[in-house]
Amino acid sequence: MTDRTATFEKVKGLIEPFNEKGVDLKEETTFVGDLEWDSLTVMDFVASVEDEFDIIITMNQQAEIETVGQLVDAVGELQQ
Amino acid sequence: MSMAGSQTAADVLAADGPQSRDLFEKFEPLIQERDRLLGTGVRDPFAIVMDEVKSPTEAVIQGKDTILLGTYNYMGMTFDPDVIQAGVDALKEFGSGTTGSRVLNGTYVGHKDVEAALCEFYGMGHAMVFSTGYQANLGIVSTLAGKGDYVILDADSHASIYDGCFLGNADIVRFRHNNVEDLEKRLGRLPPEAGKLVVLEGVYSMLGDIAPLDKMVTVAKKFGAMVLVDEAHSMGFFGEHGRGVAEAQGVLDQVDFVIGTFSKSVGTVGGFCVSNHPKTEFLRLVCRPYTFTASLPPSVVATAATSIRKLMHAGNKRAHLWENSKRLHKGLRDLGFRLATEEPESAILAVLLDDQEQAVRMWQALLEEGLYVNMARPPATPAGIYLLRCSLCAEHSAEQVEQILGMFESAGKATGAIG
Repeated sequence: MTDRTATFEKVKGLIEPFNEKGVDLKEETTFVGDLEWDSLTVMDFVASVEDEFDIIITMNQQAEIETVGQLVDAVGELQQ
Repeated sequence: MSMAGSQTAADVLAADGPQSRDLFEKFEPLIQERDRLLGTGVRDPFAIVMDEVKSPTEAVIQGKDTILLGTYNYMGMTFDPDVIQAGVDALKEFGSGTTGSRVLNGTYVGHKDVEAALCEFYGMGHAMVFSTGYQANLGIVSTLAGKGDYVILDADSHASIYDGCFLGNADIVRFRHNNVEDLEKRLGRLPPEAGKLVVLEGVYSMLGDIAPLDKMVTVAKKFGAMVLVDEAHSMGFFGEHGRGVAEAQGVLDQVDFVIGTFSKSVGTVGGFCVSNHPKTEFLRLVCRPYTFTASLPPSVVATAATSIRKLMHAGNKRAHLWENSKRLHKGLRDLGFRLATEEPESAILAVLLDDQEQAVRMWQALLEEGLYVNMARPPATPAGIYLLRCSLCAEHSAEQVEQILGMFESAGKATGAIG
């Protein structure tokens, strides 16, 4: 399993508690469109991702992240 | 009769002009939600008009005498005779407005005097008065933290703090509401050498809960951050001198900037920043929401200065406001209402309801009983909560508080909010 695949799996695990609609999670799944998250859910979820990977995802960076795949890439970059 | 009058600008464009997206389209879900709600026949909670205001605690709304339990008039200063006299004198002496910026023609002797009053009130060296509290946060947050700096803020921060972040160029980091450990973890992950501004509030206005500032300020200082505390809802009421939650918890001397407003306990309108930082005065020249707007009218700064100096000696009023808050909190709980805080933490008590429909029906039932409270809904409230926000005033009499409880009982039973 590559690092990216491992990160993707971890992120999927973190999404599940907030995935009330049971959406099938793919690279291109969007947080606002597909998962229908509001800003408060995003806040809770981002905090859990930050704590899992011991990183900070600033609100400025969050604004650029729309899909699960983009988040996985961002986590990879922020861990370096 | 010509039909042309009923043709809208949009119709004309649709027929002849280029087809571009309707700018109002993004509001459509909200417009529909609102139409659905108002379609059930309830009154619009966001369109109340007060025809007369009889005192800090009483107004006339649609011909009905109404007790006000949803203002920010915590210390009841709006009808104080000294405050009113100061405003009348200044209005006569200095005119109705300044028609200019604080840094050009808009600083009168009264503006300097209210800044002096703030320095006396907080025991600090510098005060900067803005035209509103919103602008004070907008200006100070956006100006202090620039490119490469970090603003670390509580997730439940007021809109003016968020907007200050969006106006500036700093990187924005949020931590979970009132969570000291979460704040510490995030500070620890930031580059040690980067400039950091930690933004906290004394009282959070939606649920009326207070921040553990003693712990949070200590953590912020451990990482070398500057600390800004918004004491909008605590000024006049918390701490021995009414300086706010930071004073009450013994950490005011470690707070770099206190932001506040004249539109709550002070009883008029305006905002401010007080600080002991020696370079505070320089901010006047680089803070756009301070510079590029008209200053407050002379009557407003005169009423504010008088009110602030009176609030320095308002110990009895503070005690009565606490009594009111405790009595109402206990009374509402005894009636079976769910409140946002276990104990009364401030003069704001939030009654939690199941959903928007129940909240609006309860709100309307109270209004018909003769009681005004605020209805609040997301995104103003955290975590999808619908609530009725009650804020007490030092001028509410003990009898009024009992009357209020009676109104809650009948409205709660009529709407099924309580058994």
